[in-house]
Amino acid sequence: MSQPFQIEISERDGARILSISGYLDAHTAPAFESAIENELKSGKVRLVVDCAGLTYISSAGLGVFMSFLEEIREKGGDIKLASIGPKAFQILDVLGFPRLFDIVETVEEAAGRFGPPGGARDGCL
Amino acid sequence: MARRGGREMDAFERTFTLLVPSSTGNLAMIRDFVASVGVKAGFEENEVARITLAVDEACANVIEHAYSRDEKGQVTIRATLDDEDLAFEIMDNGRGFEPLRVSEDDVAELIRRRKPGGLGMRLIRAVMDDVKYQITPGEMNGLRMVKHIRRG
Repeated sequence: MSQPFQIEISERDGARILSISGYLDAHTAPAFESAIENELKSGKVRLVVDCAGLTYISSAGLGVFMSFLEEIREKGGDIKLASIGPKAFQILDVLGFPRLFDIVETVEEAAGRFGPPGGARDGCL
Repeated sequence: MARRGGREMDAFERTFTLLVPSSTGNLAMIRDFVASVGVKAGFEENEVARITLAVDEACANVIEHAYSRDEKGQVTIRATLDDEDLAFEIMDNGRGFEPLRVSEDDVAELIRRRKPGGLGMRLIRAVMDDVKYQITPGEMNGLRMVKHIRRG
C-alpha cells in the first residue's frame, strides 16, 4: 500500500525547509498548497522543498510548484527542489522543469544558495 | 477475443477492470491496479511508473472535469493486455470534455500566467504511444491509451 502524504517544516540558514514524503497527487496536492500559502502569509519566501521522501508526483503536485514560482520570485525569494529521486525527476524532466526551477542535490546546498538573509547565514558550508 | 481452450492461433488477450467512485482519494488504489497490470505485461520498473502516471492523470482529469469532484460518479479503468499492446480505457458518465484540446503553451508561459492546467494531458501524450478520446453524448466518455510492448 502506498504511503500517505506528510509535510515536515524546519529551518536552515534562514531558509524554510519543507520536507515532503509519500505521494503528491490530485488528492494530496491541496495540503501541500496550503502549506506553501501559510509560508507566504507569514512572509517566508526562501523555500526549499526536500523531496527525499517523495515516492510519487503527478501533475497536480507539479502544478503547486508552478503556481507559486512567479509570486515567490517577485518577492525576492525562490522555491528550490532538493534531493529529488530519479523517478520523480524523470516526470519533471518531461515538462521542462529543470530549465525553470533550481533543482539541487542536497537541502544544505539549496539552503546555501540563498543570499545572506540579514546576517543569519552560517557561512560554514 | 481468445477463449479459454479456444483455438491456439487466437491472439492472447486478457482484460482487467477496476470500478471506483470518482474521488481523488481512490487515485492511489488506481495506481496500484495499473502498476500490477504493468508488471504483468512485463514492462520494466521505470516504464511501469510512467504508465501509472498516465492513467492517474487521465483519472484525475475525469474526477475534476467530467464529475467536477462529485464523488457520486464512477470511473472505470479497463486494461486490455495482448501480445503487442497494453491498452487502458478510462470511462465515465460525467460531463463530456475534450482533454485533447488543451493549451499548447509551454510550461514557462503557464508559470507566468500562474495557470498550471493541461499538464496531465501533456504527460499522457509523452508516455503513451496512442491516445484517443470518444464521447457518446449523455452516455459515456472514454479515453483510450495504448502502450506498445517491445519485446526482445
